[in-house]
Amino acid sequence: MSYSDGTFVDVLQFLIMGIQRGSIYAMVAMGFNMIYNSTGIINFAQGEFVVLGGLMMVSLTMAFNLSIVFAFILTVLFVIVAGILMERLTINPVKEPTVLRLIIITIAVSIIIKGAAMCFWGKGSHYMRHFSSTEPLDFYGATILPQTLWIFAILLFLVVVYVIFFNYTMTGKCMRACAINRDAARLAGINDRKMVMLSFALSAGIGAIAGIIITPIIQMDYARGAMLGLKGFGAAVLGGLGNSMGAVVAGVLLGILEAFGAGYISSHYMDAIALVILLFVLFIRPSGIFGSSEAMRLKEF
Amino acid sequence: MGGKNSVGFLILIIGIILIPFMVTNDYYLGVLIFTAFNCLACIGLCLLMGYAGQISIGHGAFIAIGAYTSGILTAKFAWSPWLAMFCGILIVIVIAFCLGIPALRLKGHYLAMATLGFASIVHIVAVAAVDLTGGPSGLVNIPRLDFFGYVLSSDKQYFYFSWSVVALGVYIAFNLINSRVGRGLQAIHGSEDAASSLGINITSYKVQVFILSAVFASVSGSLYAYYMNYIDPGPFDVSHSILLVTMVAVGGLHNIWGALIGAVFLSLLPEFLSFLSDYLQVLGIAYQPDYDTLVYGFILLIIMLFLPEGLFKGFGNITQFVRSIFKKFSKRASDRVK
Amino acid sequence: MSNSILELEMLRKNFGGVVAVSDLSLQIEQGAITSLIGPNGAGKTTIFNLVTGFLAPSSGHIKFAGRIVNKMKPHTIASIGIGRTFQNVQIFPKMSVIENIMVGRHLRSNAGIFYSCVLPPFLRKEEKRIQEAAEEQLHFLNLAQHAHAPAGSLPLGNQRMLEIARALAIEPKLLLLDEPASGLNARETIAMGELIEKIKQMNVTVLLVEHDMELVMDISDYVAVINFGKLIAEGTPVEIQENEDVIAAYLGE
Repeated sequence: MSYSDGTFVDVLQFLIMGIQRGSIYAMVAMGFNMIYNSTGIINFAQGEFVVLGGLMMVSLTMAFNLSIVFAFILTVLFVIVAGILMERLTINPVKEPTVLRLIIITIAVSIIIKGAAMCFWGKGSHYMRHFSSTEPLDFYGATILPQTLWIFAILLFLVVVYVIFFNYTMTGKCMRACAINRDAARLAGINDRKMVMLSFALSAGIGAIAGIIITPIIQMDYARGAMLGLKGFGAAVLGGLGNSMGAVVAGVLLGILEAFGAGYISSHYMDAIALVILLFVLFIRPSGIFGSSEAMRLKEF
Repeated sequence: MGGKNSVGFLILIIGIILIPFMVTNDYYLGVLIFTAFNCLACIGLCLLMGYAGQISIGHGAFIAIGAYTSGILTAKFAWSPWLAMFCGILIVIVIAFCLGIPALRLKGHYLAMATLGFASIVHIVAVAAVDLTGGPSGLVNIPRLDFFGYVLSSDKQYFYFSWSVVALGVYIAFNLINSRVGRGLQAIHGSEDAASSLGINITSYKVQVFILSAVFASVSGSLYAYYMNYIDPGPFDVSHSILLVTMVAVGGLHNIWGALIGAVFLSLLPEFLSFLSDYLQVLGIAYQPDYDTLVYGFILLIIMLFLPEGLFKGFGNITQFVRSIFKKFSKRASDRVK
Repeated sequence: MSNSILELEMLRKNFGGVVAVSDLSLQIEQGAITSLIGPNGAGKTTIFNLVTGFLAPSSGHIKFAGRIVNKMKPHTIASIGIGRTFQNVQIFPKMSVIENIMVGRHLRSNAGIFYSCVLPPFLRKEEKRIQEAAEEQLHFLNLAQHAHAPAGSLPLGNQRMLEIARALAIEPKLLLLDEPASGLNARETIAMGELIEKIKQMNVTVLLVEHDMELVMDISDYVAVINFGKLIAEGTPVEIQENEDVIAAYLGE
């Protein structure tokens, strides 16, 4: 990152960095929301999907030298399979689900994925080549990496796909129906079990994409899952849990706040900024910034 | 303490007395001392999670606060270790109070995430506040505990001391469980509406037990600091908080003995696995300590899927099952004789 | 009604746009059994939740023994002498039967968390008193033989009895029973009726919500009929049975 003089350039630079980080939080938050909507579960392994995506992509592109596009598709499929396995093997068989039990099960899965990632990829962080050039572009005095533009574009693309999927396809509408009222959806002939599995698959896929696109910039390692998950959850709560468009806005907002905090307050406490915001939102307005206070009273937090 | 529990308590005491005679290797004695710290924190967490039904994935933070308060006050300001430990308890009470009031209004997932976020923040502060905590390079010259000038210098002495504190913790926990307040907590777990209709102030009780469990963690942290004479942020990261929850859940949420068994089991597991690795080598499996995390994860998952009540209850069920089979056989045998 | 223990004055509760209780005024006679009846969704349980502090009224007043109790929390309401049971039985299933009742003695004992942890001798005495009071309560309800069974293992009829015993353990002046006979068979229903009359003899005022009309008419001193959150009739059981508005409401004119 290059600092030219003038606060405007600084602000612009922080803004770019913030949106870049925020895009990842937004995607993690979308993943949280999909599973939350179909099951009411907060998946503590959400951050691990991101790590898995990033590390798999590293291996496919760097060790096996596959093309970016091909490796991208393979990685997403791989993590989707991991997501489906998680649902089939650990969520589906639970006959008497209590909140505490489900929380601990998803924590167990996160520990397993983290442990497996450490065994396969070691403890170091991994470099991955950028999608295109690494030559920074000039943007009104601030610099922007082509990879950052890729991140923006892919987030935008995901949002469009998300809107189309949930509003205009039958499967998407069925998933929404399940989110609103599972029993009613089942009576209408929707296979709710299948929808749960699908939500894990989609959630894992979106996590993988987030991991893939951020890895060239942050250099992925096995232990990043918890922090990514926490911040993504922060974005999900800030946007109102279950509300994915809210999550996108909140994720980007969280990223920007974090970037400015790191720039103007202290970079050592950068990671804490998003978490402090998370706590404040949880304590003061658990329905998020877009949730109505009416809905808040009726919902259990 | 009722009949079965007093038997358990007696076994615990006898075990504590005998173990240093059987384990003479200093390394293993050290491992058992760490086990005591984990047990202490798990007793508190079990009161909170198993009895009051409130999850916390943030108790590693209270251990850290206890350890750092003790460490900073003794190493930098030359306070007496006892006074520093007491001061750690006070600080933890204040922090747990301030965190508990807003956090315990949340339920389930939200509470879990809030406490996890808190643990993360404390860890970040421990790393970043270099002037106070020494940052990543840690804090040295923390003294050992002493009794009126008599320093607990050997591991054997420290073993007896730390496990006595655990025994005291168990005693306190059982007193609480079988008291008016303990029943109130279990009532909250059963039904918050019914509990409040009987005059139980739910918010106040939740905050009180949260503070109590944080105090257990704080003492555990202080004892850790005095044993190690050195602390750095490494052991106090989020994964330690998660490990504590794992210990309580593996052993059995609804029982103090379960929490203890879980803490002992998972604290000794790495040693057991490294012991096992020699045998695995023979089978052609090169086991490395790096695989421990993976093994933890699988154990937790398998227990949550198949023995959701934990090892303690699980053992009970298995012995009951075996006994019922045995009864069936003996009955069949006696029928045949007739 | 001259000597009322509970007074509702122009009580109102809105949920969003739905009016659950609509400017209801009602007085409950001390020492009597009063029943609230009305079709499903008439607002009876909402009234219970307002009186016991689980919901806050949108407007109006609730006076208990001359005190306005509108803004009190459920546990404070319990402490001034209002006990209740729930429509869907809310016992503590994992605790034993006697422990369930011992929880009910909460307000009649004082130990705080610190003393509970260290258990000084005077606390052992208090603990003993709690236990004795709970045992007495169990004998009163013929549940003594189940004392140490997990409460969740009891049949529904006994669970409802236990819930009432637990509510009585706080020694309330007013006891609110929400459909105590629902799900019970004929024999259990009769036993429930006898129990409620016994409670009245202990000088506890009873406010009852119940769908079993035979039981209501049998044991009530007064009956209040609610529909759409409004009071449409009140009086003795005989008066109510002859009231045309009531008949119309029940037949769904």
